Amino acid sequence: MDRFVFLTLDGLSRGAVYAAFALALVLIWRAARIVNFAQGAMAVAAAYVAYGVCAATGSYWLGFLAALFAGLLLGAVVDVAVMRFVDHRSPLSPVIVALGLVLLIQAVLGMVYGNEFRPAEAPFSRAALTVGGFAVLSPYDLFAFAAVGVVVVALAWTFTRTAVGLRMRAAAFAPEVSRLLGVNVGGMLTLGWALASGVGALAAMLIIPTELGLHPHAMDLVFVSAFTAAVVGGLDSPPGAVVGGLLVGLLLSYVSGYAGSDLTPLAVLALLLAVLLVRPAGLFAPVTARQV
Amino acid sequence: MSATRAAAPPASRTPAARDRPAEGHRGSTLLRHLAVVAVAALLLVAVSYGVEPFRNFQLATVAAYLCATAGLTVLTGLNGQLSLGHGALMAVGAYTVALCQNAFADAGSTGGWLLAVSLVAAVLTTVAVGAVIGVAAARLRGPYLAGVTLAVAVVVPALTVTFDGVFKGEQGLSVPVEPPPAALGAYFPYERWQLWVAGAATLLALLLLANLLRSRFGRTFRAVRDDEVAARLAGIHVARTQVLAFVVSAAGAGLGGALLAVLAQSASPGAFSLTLSLFLLMAVVIGGLGRLAGAVWGAALLVVLPDLTHTVSDLLTLSPAVAQRLEGNLPLAIFGITLVVVMIAAPGGVQGLLSRLGHALLARWRLRRS
Repeated sequence: MDRFVFLTLDGLSRGAVYAAFALALVLIWRAARIVNFAQGAMAVAAAYVAYGVCAATGSYWLGFLAALFAGLLLGAVVDVAVMRFVDHRSPLSPVIVALGLVLLIQAVLGMVYGNEFRPAEAPFSRAALTVGGFAVLSPYDLFAFAAVGVVVVALAWTFTRTAVGLRMRAAAFAPEVSRLLGVNVGGMLTLGWALASGVGALAAMLIIPTELGLHPHAMDLVFVSAFTAAVVGGLDSPPGAVVGGLLVGLLLSYVSGYAGSDLTPLAVLALLLAVLLVRPAGLFAPVTARQV
Repeated sequence: MSATRAAAPPASRTPAARDRPAEGHRGSTLLRHLAVVAVAALLLVAVSYGVEPFRNFQLATVAAYLCATAGLTVLTGLNGQLSLGHGALMAVGAYTVALCQNAFADAGSTGGWLLAVSLVAAVLTTVAVGAVIGVAAARLRGPYLAGVTLAVAVVVPALTVTFDGVFKGEQGLSVPVEPPPAALGAYFPYERWQLWVAGAATLLALLLLANLLRSRFGRTFRAVRDDEVAARLAGIHVARTQVLAFVVSAAGAGLGGALLAVLAQSASPGAFSLTLSLFLLMAVVIGGLGRLAGAVWGAALLVVLPDLTHTVSDLLTLSPAVAQRLEGNLPLAIFGITLVVVMIAAPGGVQGLLSRLGHALLARWRLRRS
């Protein structure tokens, strides 16, 4: 029983990070109708910036801020310098270009830092606290929960309560009309990319200390899990991404706890296939008329 | 969902313009392809005697990659389905051939034909796996399909570690391959034999693919790519066509992976990582989507570029650590940049540029004659 409680709480804390990463995917999908396959590589690049700053200044928090800032900047640069020029008529082109970016970013990271695992520092203890005899969350897990919670609330507030959020939604929903009404549609798109990439950088900062360490490929499997989370919730639905992230986190925790951690990639693939074949629009999709 | 139009060059005037040669040589497609294959085979044999053993081995590797890139061209370029999982399908072929060859070696049976049996078994196994993925893929579009195949590419190499009783984990399986037949003489170089085997298998695969693409099936592939609704209205079973394209493509990838394992005499998960899948995609995009000739350029690039960066980093005097980092990663960086630039600036790839150049020259020549 206490094993089940531990696995559940552990799964939820991993799930919170998947939720943040899935949210980043959903943000770009809603703004630009692109699934950003380079998200993982961009987030790792931001984490390497944090590593560099951390090593230079000795302060984890300066590195953390640097990673968020680098994430925002990288997202904006990718949109302005690359994605703006991609032919969007074919759904394959943005995917292929994003994969080119993956190769490029991972290669540059490999050239600068080498293809080896580097230890990633955690700001809080990762030893689980015990409450009433149960091993429950560690201080680091609580930090991850809090960070993701703050970001989710801040994004929800931005999109529903502020003028910028309204402009961003309008620019994505009806670009032509928004432009006529004086909204800077291109700018809103860039802002969307920057925000999404910043959230992705946060997720990388949170998850890398819990895994093997910093490596150019550190986020490959996380990306697949987060993509699954986004698909489970529906690519169009931010609340869906959060719920999907938590579900995927729970599933992975149970599978690795009860069946062996080797099987987690297979479980992700099975879940992804099951959701896509049974309910391709995700659990939170509104009912739509069928398109042909 | 809108039709999943592949990244075919918008400049290619009409499908009819591309199909014109077929109309000109009606009825002789098989003979024409056979002639091309015969010339290529003769050329290959001549080259295999003319160059040093290491180049022979490199050419054999190109041939192995060519099977996979040709398969991916059929799927992505001609049927409009994106697959990031072809590296995983190559792994299926490689491990099948390894298991077969080991089984034959354990049973003590010898003979040159055993390798052919193993290769056929590899293709059949990959076809079965490809059919399973293809049935799922036929219901998915665009980024969803890319995501699923990406998951396949990440998961399949991990499976070899999960079931390390059969697949021997990270270390992988060795592939025992017999020496060249004695009839070729005692001093026949092994690399030349490798090139002959890989070249023969690849040319056979290309002949079959080229004929398939000129047939009714090839036309339905392209019709589904260009407009699913129109294809359905014309009486084409879209899902069945997509599954068929996936199966054909998987067969190519399986043969490529099997040949690669035979050449390297081992099959290990490290050789079939996600990066390989991305490399294959990059190769067909840069070579030119939608043309089998583009697959040749792509496969050649996959072998030549790492070799080239190796030469360059040898020329520069670098510390060993820096050189090692550069050597592994510089080709990736170049591939990445090229992929982005080609997609934005020249979606037709190398072959698209060549055929545009050819058309322009032809037009100028006609103008001058009239």
